[in-house]
Amino acid sequence: MNQAILDKIESEQFRKNPVVFGIGDSVRVHTRVVEGDKERIQIFSGVVIGRRGRGLNETFTVRRISYGEGVERVFPVNSPRVEKVEVERQGSVRRAKLTYLRKRLGKGATLVREKQVKSVTAPAAA
Amino acid sequence: MPLGILGKKLGQTRVYNAKGAITSVTVVLAGPNRVLQCKTQQSDGYNAVQLGFDDQKEQRVTKPLLGHIKKFNGQAVKRIQEFRDFTKEVKPGDVVGATLFAPGDFVDAIGLTKGRGFEGVVKRHRFAGGDSTHGAKGWHRRSGAIGQRLFPGTVMRGMRMPGHMGQVRRTVQNLEVIQVREAENILLISGAVPGSKGDYIVIRESKKRPKGWKPHAERAGNADKGKGKKK
Repeated sequence: MNQAILDKIESEQFRKNPVVFGIGDSVRVHTRVVEGDKERIQIFSGVVIGRRGRGLNETFTVRRISYGEGVERVFPVNSPRVEKVEVERQGSVRRAKLTYLRKRLGKGATLVREKQVKSVTAPAAA
Repeated sequence: MPLGILGKKLGQTRVYNAKGAITSVTVVLAGPNRVLQCKTQQSDGYNAVQLGFDDQKEQRVTKPLLGHIKKFNGQAVKRIQEFRDFTKEVKPGDVVGATLFAPGDFVDAIGLTKGRGFEGVVKRHRFAGGDSTHGAKGWHRRSGAIGQRLFPGTVMRGMRMPGHMGQVRRTVQNLEVIQVREAENILLISGAVPGSKGDYIVIRESKKRPKGWKPHAERAGNADKGKGKKK
């Protein structure tokens, strides 16, 4: 019974619009950023290199190359600050954690499958 | 201890607030508590309210206790706790619950800590112990010297040594109430609370409130109650 209550408290906080993406997808994560009393949307785009955790504690990691430097950000899946996650293109990968991408540079860090969701834009992680 | 309630620790989880910040909370089943007796200055020499929690079969309660409970038409309970100078008007037979508190209130949580059994000084008193390598042999988790020489010739009182740890009454002060769930009689209290899951705990209004604290009704922006809010 106790666990049922804990589960209920957690499930109430799950996001109403579930994010659907896979490992290796190129995504644009819209996050709500509060600056002073203004709120704006900040976009972080990159490749999803892993998902971990269960339920409310589930997070995913997005990696991108920014000005030649690798940057990774971890987002809680159910955080209200994550407005939405747009899938730019789906990647074809064979493992759940893409830590090998950290060693790669340039073109080797792109993963593309022919199925494309949106119009082709420059690969985020290229 | 004006307001207080008997409760049961159910577990811990995390809660997002309206701004999206996350707080770890303890889930406490706070009630229903039955008012068993109201003591007054005239009859008892002090003002207090006796609360009972967790209903019990009548045959499992001792007869003297049952007689006391029946005197005020109460219901047999597992736990009884008295709260002095209860600020809410109640009478025997009333039922109080989680709604005694509101989000943003600060409370103290009192409970029995988890029993650890006989523990050494490293765990019990956070001694450093010795090196695990660098030639150390058989001197890893010891306490070291406990005294001086012929003078004073005795071990000082209160010297920290191995012994039984845990299972003692502890109070955690000034925890914030993050959420009050009326339907389930549940309080979400920020941070950790002594005891294991299923243990009885006492939640009371905090004795030492943080600076700038105001009662719930006087605080600005009470419209968004339910979700925890930070100042």
